[in-house]
Amino acid sequence: MPGTLIVGFDKTEASQRALAFAAAAAKATGATIHVVHILEWSPYSFLTAQELEERHKRRTEELARAAELIAPAIESLEAQNIAVTSDVRYGHAAELICEIAEQKPNAQIVIGRTGGFSVARRILGGMALALIQASPVPVTVVP
Amino acid sequence: MKRYILGLTALLFSIDSAHAQDAADTADAATIDEWVNSAVAPVSSAVSSVIFYSVDVAGTEFPLIVGWLVVAAAIFTVYFGFVQFRKFGHALALVRGDYSDPNDAGEVSHFQALATALSGTVGLGNIAGVAVAVSLGGPGATFWMIVAGLLGMASKFTECTLGVKYRNEYPDGTVSGGPMYYLSKGFAERGMAGSGRVLAVIFAVCCVGGSIGGGNMFQSNQAYQQVVNVTGGDSSILAGNGWLFGLIMAIALGVVIIGGIKSIARVTEKIVPLMAFIYIGACLIIIAVNSDKIAWAFGEIVDGAFTGAGVAGGVVGALIQGFKRAAFSNEAGIGSASIAHSAVRTKEPITEGYVALLEPFIDTVVICTMTALVITISGTLSTGLTGVELTSAAFATVVPWFPIVLTVAVVLFAFSTMMSWSYYGLKAWTYLFGESRAMDLLFKLIFCCFTVLGASMNLGPVIDFSDSMIFAMAIPNIIGLYVLMPVVRNEAESYWSKLDAGIIRNFRHARS
Repeated sequence: MPGTLIVGFDKTEASQRALAFAAAAAKATGATIHVVHILEWSPYSFLTAQELEERHKRRTEELARAAELIAPAIESLEAQNIAVTSDVRYGHAAELICEIAEQKPNAQIVIGRTGGFSVARRILGGMALALIQASPVPVTVVP
Repeated sequence: MKRYILGLTALLFSIDSAHAQDAADTADAATIDEWVNSAVAPVSSAVSSVIFYSVDVAGTEFPLIVGWLVVAAAIFTVYFGFVQFRKFGHALALVRGDYSDPNDAGEVSHFQALATALSGTVGLGNIAGVAVAVSLGGPGATFWMIVAGLLGMASKFTECTLGVKYRNEYPDGTVSGGPMYYLSKGFAERGMAGSGRVLAVIFAVCCVGGSIGGGNMFQSNQAYQQVVNVTGGDSSILAGNGWLFGLIMAIALGVVIIGGIKSIARVTEKIVPLMAFIYIGACLIIIAVNSDKIAWAFGEIVDGAFTGAGVAGGVVGALIQGFKRAAFSNEAGIGSASIAHSAVRTKEPITEGYVALLEPFIDTVVICTMTALVITISGTLSTGLTGVELTSAAFATVVPWFPIVLTVAVVLFAFSTMMSWSYYGLKAWTYLFGESRAMDLLFKLIFCCFTVLGASMNLGPVIDFSDSMIFAMAIPNIIGLYVLMPVVRNEAESYWSKLDAGIIRNFRHARS
C-alpha cells in the first residue's frame, strides 16, 4: 500500500517514536515519509512595533533553525533508503497537518502519544485528540 | 533647543537624585512640580502659539492647522472617491486574512500591523482628549469629532499606503518605513530630491517632539492625574508628587525600551486589547443603564453641533474642539501610524492602506463616541471638570468603583502608547542622527526623562506642548501626501486590475 506517511516531528521523544514506527512501516510498504514540523503561530497575536520590524528576520532565522532540527531525522531515513519529503510550516499544528494530508495521495498521519491520565497531560496532549477528531485520513498514534 | 532640553533634563535628574536622598522630607515636593511647571510653560506656550496660529472666523479663533488637517482629509476623501466607505468591506476581508497567502504564515499579518498601530493610537486621547473636547466644545463637539474621524480614514489610507511602498528593506530582513522615507524617496522619484529631504528632516524633528510631547508627557501627566484622583485626590500621598509617579513610569518604560525586557511589553500588549474591550463594555453598560437618555444625548450632540448653544465660540467653537481632539486621538494625517503599518508583509502596499483606514474608524467613530456619550448622558458636564477626571466622574455616576478600573486602563493605555511612541520617535531620531547604539540609547534616556517631566506639570502646558508638536508633524506630512497621492491612485488601479484578472486571489474562498 504505497502512499504517504505524514509524521509530525519536533525532535521530542514522542515524535522520535512516531518516526521510528513510520520508518518500519515505510520499509515494509514502500511508502514515502513526509516529515512535518510546525511552528506554532497565530496571525492574530499581538506584537510590539519593534517585533513587527524584526519579524521577517526572525522568521528567516526560525525557519533555518527548524530545518536544522529535522535534518538529522531526514538523513537517517534516507540512509535507510526510504523516500523522504519534508515541510516546515507556521500555524496551528493539527489544522495544518490535516491540510497537508488532504493534498497528499493516499496519506496517513503518524504522531507520537504525548498525553496521559494526569490532568496536565490531558490538556497538553490535545493535538492527538484534535487530529483524531478532525483528520480526513487515518491517524496512527504511537505510544 | 537641543542643548536647552538636555540641560533641563540633566538638571531635573540631579534634583530627583538629590531629592531621593532625603525622601523622608517631602515638604518641598510641591515646589519641585511648580518649578518644573514654570520652567517649561513658557517654552511650550511659545511653541504652541506658532503652530496654532489662529485666524478670526465668525468671532472665534480658528487654528489654521486644524483646517489644514480637515481640508486634507476632505480632499483625499474626494480624490479617492470615498474610499473609506466603498472599500470598508474589503478592508475587513484583508484583516481577516482572506487574501493572505498561507505560505507567508509567520510574517507580520495585516491584523498584527493594525493591532500594533491601534495600541499606539487608542489611549488617553480616547478617554481624556474626548473629555477635553466635550468640556470645552459641548456635546456638539462629538458630532464634529465623528465627521473628522470619518474623513481622517482617507488620510490614513493615503499615508499608510505610501509608508509601505517607500519603506527601506535592509539585507538582514528588518524594515523601516514612515513619512521620512516616502518624503525623501517619493520626492526623489519625481525629481524633487532636495525638497523631499528637507521635508523629511522637518518631519523627523517634529516626530521626535511629538513622541516626547503627546506620546509621552501627556500620557504620564494624565495617568498621574487619574491615579491621584482615585487614591484620594488632594489627600493622596501622590498629590503634588507628580515627579515620583513619573519616575516610576519612566523606570518601567526604561526597563522595556532600554533593558529590552520583552516580557513586560508582551504582557502589556496582551492586556491592552482586553482593557479596550472592558472599556467599551463599561461604556455600553452605562449607556444601557441610561437608555432613556440616549435619544436626548444624541439630540444634544446634533443640536450642539449646529447651534453651538452655550459653547464659547458657538458652532465654530464646537467644531474646532471636535476636529482638534479627533486629530489628536486618531493621528490621521500626522504620519505616525505609517511607521507602524509599514512593517506588514504584503506585495501590494495598497492593501495596508485599506487596513489602516479602519484605524480612525475604531479609534474615533467607535471608542471616542462612546466616551462622549457616557459623559453627555451622565450629566457630569456641568461639574466643571475636564480631562480624565471628567471621564472618571462620568463613570462613577453609575458604578462608584469604576474609576479604579478606569485607572488601570488609563495607566496601561498610557504605557502602551508611550511604548509605541518611543518607537516612532526613535525611528525619526535615527533617521536624523544615523543608526547607532549610542544614539539609540541617548534618545531612550531623553524619552524617559520627559516621562518624569510630563507627570510633574499642569495639564495646560502639557496639552499645549503635546498638541503643537504632534500637529506640527502634519505640515510636512500632508505636503508629501498631496504630492504623492497620484502614486497611491496608481497603486489602487494596478491592485484592482490584478484582483479582477485573478492574479491576486481570495485564498479563503478558494479553499472552501
